[in-house]
Amino acid sequence: MSVQRQQDEPIIEKPSIYVEDLVIDFALDSAMFNKKYMRAVNEVSFILKAGEALAVVGESGSGKSTCARALCRLYEPTSGKIYMQDVDVNDKKNKLSQRQYAKEVQMIFQDPFGSLNTVHNIRHHLARPLKIHHPHMSGDELEQRVIELIERVGLSPAKQTADKYPHELSGGQRQRVAIARALAVGAKFILADEPISMLDVSIRLGILNLMADMKKDGIGFLYITHDIATARYFAERTAVMYVGHMVEWGNSDSVTQNPQHPYTQLLISAVPEAGIRKERKAMAKKADIPLWKPESKGCPFAERCLQVKPECSQAMPPVTQLAEDHFVRCYLYEN
Amino acid sequence: MSISKQPLLQIKDVCVDYVTDNGNARAVNHVSLDIHPGETVGLAGESGCGKSTLAFAISNLHNAPALISHGEILFEGRDILKMDDEQLRAFRWNETAMVFQSAMNSLNPVITIGDQLVDVVLAHKDVTPAEAYAKGEELLQVVGIHPSRMKSYPHQLSGGMRQRVVIAIALILRPKLIIMDEPTTALDVVVERDIMDELFQLKDKFGFAILFISHDLGLMGEIADRIGIMYAGKLVELGTADEILHKAQHPYTKGLVRSFPTIHGPKVRLEGIPGNPLNLLETPEGCYFQARCSLCDSECINNMPPLIQTQTEPSRLVACHKVQPTSVRVEMPA
Repeated sequence: MSVQRQQDEPIIEKPSIYVEDLVIDFALDSAMFNKKYMRAVNEVSFILKAGEALAVVGESGSGKSTCARALCRLYEPTSGKIYMQDVDVNDKKNKLSQRQYAKEVQMIFQDPFGSLNTVHNIRHHLARPLKIHHPHMSGDELEQRVIELIERVGLSPAKQTADKYPHELSGGQRQRVAIARALAVGAKFILADEPISMLDVSIRLGILNLMADMKKDGIGFLYITHDIATARYFAERTAVMYVGHMVEWGNSDSVTQNPQHPYTQLLISAVPEAGIRKERKAMAKKADIPLWKPESKGCPFAERCLQVKPECSQAMPPVTQLAEDHFVRCYLYEN
Repeated sequence: MSISKQPLLQIKDVCVDYVTDNGNARAVNHVSLDIHPGETVGLAGESGCGKSTLAFAISNLHNAPALISHGEILFEGRDILKMDDEQLRAFRWNETAMVFQSAMNSLNPVITIGDQLVDVVLAHKDVTPAEAYAKGEELLQVVGIHPSRMKSYPHQLSGGMRQRVVIAIALILRPKLIIMDEPTTALDVVVERDIMDELFQLKDKFGFAILFISHDLGLMGEIADRIGIMYAGKLVELGTADEILHKAQHPYTKGLVRSFPTIHGPKVRLEGIPGNPLNLLETPEGCYFQARCSLCDSECINNMPPLIQTQTEPSRLVACHKVQPTSVRVEMPA
């Protein structure tokens, strides 16, 4: 796929991260021989573009966080490649240093109470990445940059905020500091792993809107969430994952308004909608979510799918293009 | 939904304070609320607004430093706050059961779920262990778990199944009221949907009332008959689900309703609510929402708005100076 990509896609001028057939296995035991593995991510491919957001939606255990961690180089892929501007980021021979890579790609975590160091003030949190990645910076310039960053993420008064410690800030304010820290490095891509799910409902939108404004400055987001409504709100493109597989992806509106894969349909029908007490028809069979192993085959949703076909348990369906930017992996749509 | 005359639960002007070294934080501030038999009442608001504290007060579960400092809570006319320990033991779980936040973790990890079900029955009913066991199996079946799972330990069940077990334990004595404090927050949306559907089938069958506490207004709008909105310990608006979601009057409710992007419908930039939640140790003189409200003026800064009836329907109450009453002002009894 990587070789043909230049022909298939318009040449991307903006920087991008390209993930190709990413597979990640985790060992289930510590045996030396005949080790058992589970496959957390299976054949996942996507492009993350500067100035755009890609939402990855799925239930817990669907492999969405694992994808983000692999993109951050916290996990090494079992197979598959991650390219950043055509450079293989895990290339052993020509390895990018973690510092070079971290300058481009940063992560924001779910829990803003755990991701800041409680014994340091906000100035320290922002000045440290600046010093590491811009060693020439010091004194007034550094201070000015810290203040700029704090203002950039909507915290005021900036000067006083810089002197505060994490415990003096609310959850939303802390998450803003975490975003400022990613900006301090000068990251072009931010991997946001459920950045708003632990925040108060009234301030979630503030964080989403801040990130939406940052897209205009050319920052690309990988937005991991289980809330498909915010995915549609924030991200241009949405990918739906089930048990490590991307089952449907494309333009967010297309995926949410016209879902085609039976699992996406199930997911969207389950989203509560105020004022509508739905007459529920069964959307799926009752079955446990499978533990995917390297030797497992077929579509992971086959056991629960109401429209299951014999071939579904044999091999993962190929990618079918439904519209200009809407893809699905399901035998129902294979022409 | 027809509302019968005698409420099942009457919360009358209740205050709950947390006593701290820096002063008392009033987490529930003069709240009054009735729940009628078979009714589903939702309580919504952000974290720290006192909704869970109020739920704990209903079963008189508060321990120091929390203190119920004012008001009475009547369950079928009996004041829960005046009960002695023996009466409370008989009352709790028999008449009101509670499903806690992250209920999945409220199961004892070293005892089988069967023993935990049986324990509840034996503590409250005069039955033999065998009868209690049969009762436990029956309840597991009711919530859609195979009775053979009686011998399983909590870690052997998935999150959704553990939640079902907790609901089974809550239902086993057929209480008239179930308090659910964010029962499905930790669950995936598909599992949440299954459990809520099952719960409402059970509600139709057994006819219990539900006090449903959540910050998810979307879910609440689907299931609740009436919704109360709390902010900084005060009940600021109360009305039917439809009124709250589509004809909200209090600026906070309006902001809260606008804080949720919808899955369908127009895609517009939403603004949420500016500012941060109120620190309960530094409450202002007037309306608690003044710092975050765009309509705030001198009246709001100086006077606390009372919770008053603004429509002809007695069920509709709003606490805001900027909402013009459409009928005669009827002060709520203090």
